[in-house]
Amino acid sequence: MAEERNSIVLQKLTGRFGSDVVATHSDFGDDTALVRRERIVEICTFLRDDPDLRFDFAMDLTGVDYLGEEPRFEVVYHLYSLEKKHRVRVKARVPEEDPVIDSVIPVWVGMDWFEREAYDMYGILFRGHPNLKRILLYEQFEGYPLRKDYPKARRQPTVGPQE
Amino acid sequence: MAEIEAYRREAGKLDMQAEPMILNIGPSHPATHATLRLIAELDGETILKLTPEFGYLHRGFEKESENATWTKVIPYTDRLNYVSSLMNNVGYVMAVEKLCGIEVTERCRYIRVLICELSRIIDHMVCIGTNMVDIGALTNFWYFWKPREEVYMHLIEPLTGIRLTTAYTRIGGLMWDLPDGWVEKCRDVCRNVIVPAIADVNALLTKNRIFIERTMGVGPITPKEAIARGFTGPCLRAAGVPLDLRKDEPYLVYDRFDFDVPVGEQGDTCDRYMVRMEEMRQSLRIIEQALDALPGGPVNVDDPRFILPEKADVYENIEALMNHFKHVMDGVQVPAGEVYSATEAANGELGYYIVSKGGGGPYKIKVRPPCFPLFQGMPHLCEGGMIADLIAVLGSVNIIAGELDR
Repeated sequence: MAEERNSIVLQKLTGRFGSDVVATHSDFGDDTALVRRERIVEICTFLRDDPDLRFDFAMDLTGVDYLGEEPRFEVVYHLYSLEKKHRVRVKARVPEEDPVIDSVIPVWVGMDWFEREAYDMYGILFRGHPNLKRILLYEQFEGYPLRKDYPKARRQPTVGPQE
Repeated sequence: MAEIEAYRREAGKLDMQAEPMILNIGPSHPATHATLRLIAELDGETILKLTPEFGYLHRGFEKESENATWTKVIPYTDRLNYVSSLMNNVGYVMAVEKLCGIEVTERCRYIRVLICELSRIIDHMVCIGTNMVDIGALTNFWYFWKPREEVYMHLIEPLTGIRLTTAYTRIGGLMWDLPDGWVEKCRDVCRNVIVPAIADVNALLTKNRIFIERTMGVGPITPKEAIARGFTGPCLRAAGVPLDLRKDEPYLVYDRFDFDVPVGEQGDTCDRYMVRMEEMRQSLRIIEQALDALPGGPVNVDDPRFILPEKADVYENIEALMNHFKHVMDGVQVPAGEVYSATEAANGELGYYIVSKGGGGPYKIKVRPPCFPLFQGMPHLCEGGMIADLIAVLGSVNIIAGELDR
């Protein structure tokens, strides 16, 4: 029963957006859709507002660095529906030379800090974000530590409070 | 600075007929209970703008995890929410087990429920106790600190050997079984220590007019706003949304227990207190039922791919010795794939997003800490309120810097 309903999420998504949904799978029971980054806001709005889907919670947003693959980065959204009690994972690939994706703050206001963290850790830029700056690290920090080519042991000077 | 200029231009609208004062709270302040920083712009005592800042406790959990084996990540998870570290252990191994397709034994599931609910109780006790200290009710702090210590002393320490950094769970099971007499001691602590402590604090606070006037209507949030901001756990339920993953996506054996999910109405500090108090009582109900139904049998799955061999075998048997060596040096071998696994931690949804490329260690681990969206919602809860209420609200949303900063 649950599986049947879950696949409806992916069916509706592919039915509505066609070739903009690049790939889907339900491995390990998690429904996953890889979509084109250009339409991410549209897709998220659809997932939130469609009466059969109703993904009103955006639980998590993160980046993943697939160094050596092209496009290099992936932005991963985890959504949850309070009404339907189902989940979906939406992913979009962004290339290294142009790591930009539209911000989903207009859809879920709570994604603000999650996008800042993805920027802080991976250098992914969220177009339209009102305050895209570092969140866990400090402004003077150089580089993006969760990128796979950032050495784990690299140390950077600790800076004191700024006047 | 531009904002201050704007205020200065509009100074006529301000109560004090002056520019706003900027008050810095933290990062080391007794009422933040962690290394957090809040920058408040004040007009008199009213908060015009609140800017939370954090990251002081960032220790690179995710980067460290990417360079460790699957089992070595378990001690790192202790340091996320250090007030209820057992829950983080359980949440993490459940995510890895989902990836491996491991079905843990019945006894293991019951023990995991027991340690989760005990952790939930002590987490709520710390939250309520410290929140009450901050607003001037010191007695409740002592009333809740004592049972918390008894839980550590009589239950968690004998079980794990340590108080806070427990690292008790293992992929496919637990570090070891319950020690002798633990079940009786657990019943004893629940009935003779926790229940009276909840009754004491309940008698002192729940109908106390000073407490109610101090907390009711302080830092409220509507259900719609709470959902949009990603609130989970007691803070969401206080706003009237009955989302509890133990009911909505039952994991372990939560579907076998009879318990209720309390909800509030206003989403204010008073409701958050009420919800936490009731959740402690419901956790006690779950513990009693789990102790009654606790099955026998092994706590670890019978699978040498995931579980270390018996120590006696390691000393006498070359296969076991090699297996042990491979486990420790190369780590448990986990298939490639990605999973998101969420559990209901004391503060809300604790999610682990894990990417594996196969092999002995994770490719990526992302923790979804429940505190992160809660702290993000602080300006929404506090702006327009009084500066003294900021402390009451901060205590009641229960920010734990360990999981906030990772």
